[in-house]
Amino acid sequence: MAIEGFTHLICFAAGHEIIRQGRCDLTLARLTPDLVYDQMVAAGCARKLIFSWLGNPGVGSLHAVRRAIEGGGLEVEEYSHFGMVGRYVAGAAHLPFYPLRSYAGSDLPAVNPLIQWVSSPYAPGDEVAVVPALNPNVTIIHAQRADTEGNVQVWGLVGVQREAALAAERVIAVVEELVEAEVIRADPDRTLLPGVAVTAVCVEPYGAHPSFAQGYYDRDNAFYRAWDPISRDPAQLDAWLEEWVRGVPDRAGYLEKLGPATVAALKPKPRPSGSVDYGEYS
Amino acid sequence: MSGTPDELMVAAAAAELAGVRTVFVGIGLPNAAAILARRTVAPDLELIYESGVIGARPSRLPDSIGDPALVSGATATMSMHDLFAYFLQGGRIEVGMLGAAQVDRWGNLNTTVIGPYTHPTVRLPGSGGACEIALNAARVIVVMSQSPRSFVERIDFVTSPGHRHPDGRSRPAWAGGGPDTVITQLGVYRFGTDGEMELSALQPGASQAEVGAGSSWPIRRRRGVAVRAAPDAVTLQAIRKLVA
Repeated sequence: MAIEGFTHLICFAAGHEIIRQGRCDLTLARLTPDLVYDQMVAAGCARKLIFSWLGNPGVGSLHAVRRAIEGGGLEVEEYSHFGMVGRYVAGAAHLPFYPLRSYAGSDLPAVNPLIQWVSSPYAPGDEVAVVPALNPNVTIIHAQRADTEGNVQVWGLVGVQREAALAAERVIAVVEELVEAEVIRADPDRTLLPGVAVTAVCVEPYGAHPSFAQGYYDRDNAFYRAWDPISRDPAQLDAWLEEWVRGVPDRAGYLEKLGPATVAALKPKPRPSGSVDYGEYS
Repeated sequence: MSGTPDELMVAAAAAELAGVRTVFVGIGLPNAAAILARRTVAPDLELIYESGVIGARPSRLPDSIGDPALVSGATATMSMHDLFAYFLQGGRIEVGMLGAAQVDRWGNLNTTVIGPYTHPTVRLPGSGGACEIALNAARVIVVMSQSPRSFVERIDFVTSPGHRHPDGRSRPAWAGGGPDTVITQLGVYRFGTDGEMELSALQPGASQAEVGAGSSWPIRRRRGVAVRAAPDAVTLQAIRKLVA
């Protein structure tokens, strides 16, 4: 499975629910495992990690993941960002692989035999790296809004959410709010995924905290920094999971615990987009 | 006071961006250097972040490369596929700025592991976009701390390729120019026509003896190694606002 969202719109609500349900033995794909997979690995959900950058952005390490790798308890399959992007693109387009100009002279292909080479049929001798299609059983993305038909709109950083979703057998979109179909139809350019490509929509306000939702709430950088000492110490980490994940029934419980002061402090001032005229044609 | 090691590196990196139009930046010192450069020697500089932002005008110093302040007021946002495929691989990036835990004389960079890959002593973050930035940017500027543990004869893992792999393989014909400059707290290094690193200038206050002691291989020196001027008070003040 994949929970995608590059820094923006990382669905912690889904990660926490998976931990609460005690799922284990999962293969977790994500460009940047981030805190959400650090928590899931610590909770024992993961067997294998497929990734391209392993860190706490702007802070340092993901200590639970690092401990699991250094202790040999977590299988890894490692790419670069563009390689991971390409894997989803190929998966979404029903192609066997994605060609990219990377990896030449890097040791990554030596430790990941799935990174291979093809020679261009049009320019023999032009060797291009290839990475295999990635088709998750389930991709979960977070988004600003959707309607009841599952049409999903996103603005700000879109990362690889579209490709990761379209590559998956089943797509779950978790959204900040449910809107009328007219709201979606008033601005079709902003639709990341049409309803035909979405299996289920869940409405979970603040479901991406401590990551952010552009225009809705800021990234909780203080939490990302506070995670470092928690994640360093397995006992502290387990106590955190007990208190903030297993100890609350659902996302609403988490939010209540987070408190209105924190939520209010993360609210940005308005900066609306300019509007465009699509025109009425009759 | 001529500045802390970080401040000296930011000042030197910003100076390298004079006249540059497009820079692919990561968070930390490269980000501070790019913002400083845009305010001083490179007013037309477009800051490009791997999260999919072009022409960011952050109203605050971003904590991560995916900060919402990078989006508000930017000239363009796009998917990571479009950014990596059309802008980086498409040859539209003049300068890529990278950091590393280890570098060798050929400018190969390690951000993956210290020790063996399967049983690392230290597991580092890995490539992110660095491998393709090192191969596709027209030129690469490396900003990193120098010590005999980071300037090493044989790096533990080549994450991002330099001018020649330790096993002798050369750079592919399609690749960009590769590492052009390495900036540390001790010096500014360039590369010879054979791809080997050479000391080009000393940071203010640093000596050739410190440069030698700060590397596990004997670093080649260019003739007439310059000494960089200490950053002036205005520059230092600007940097201090950027590097908390």
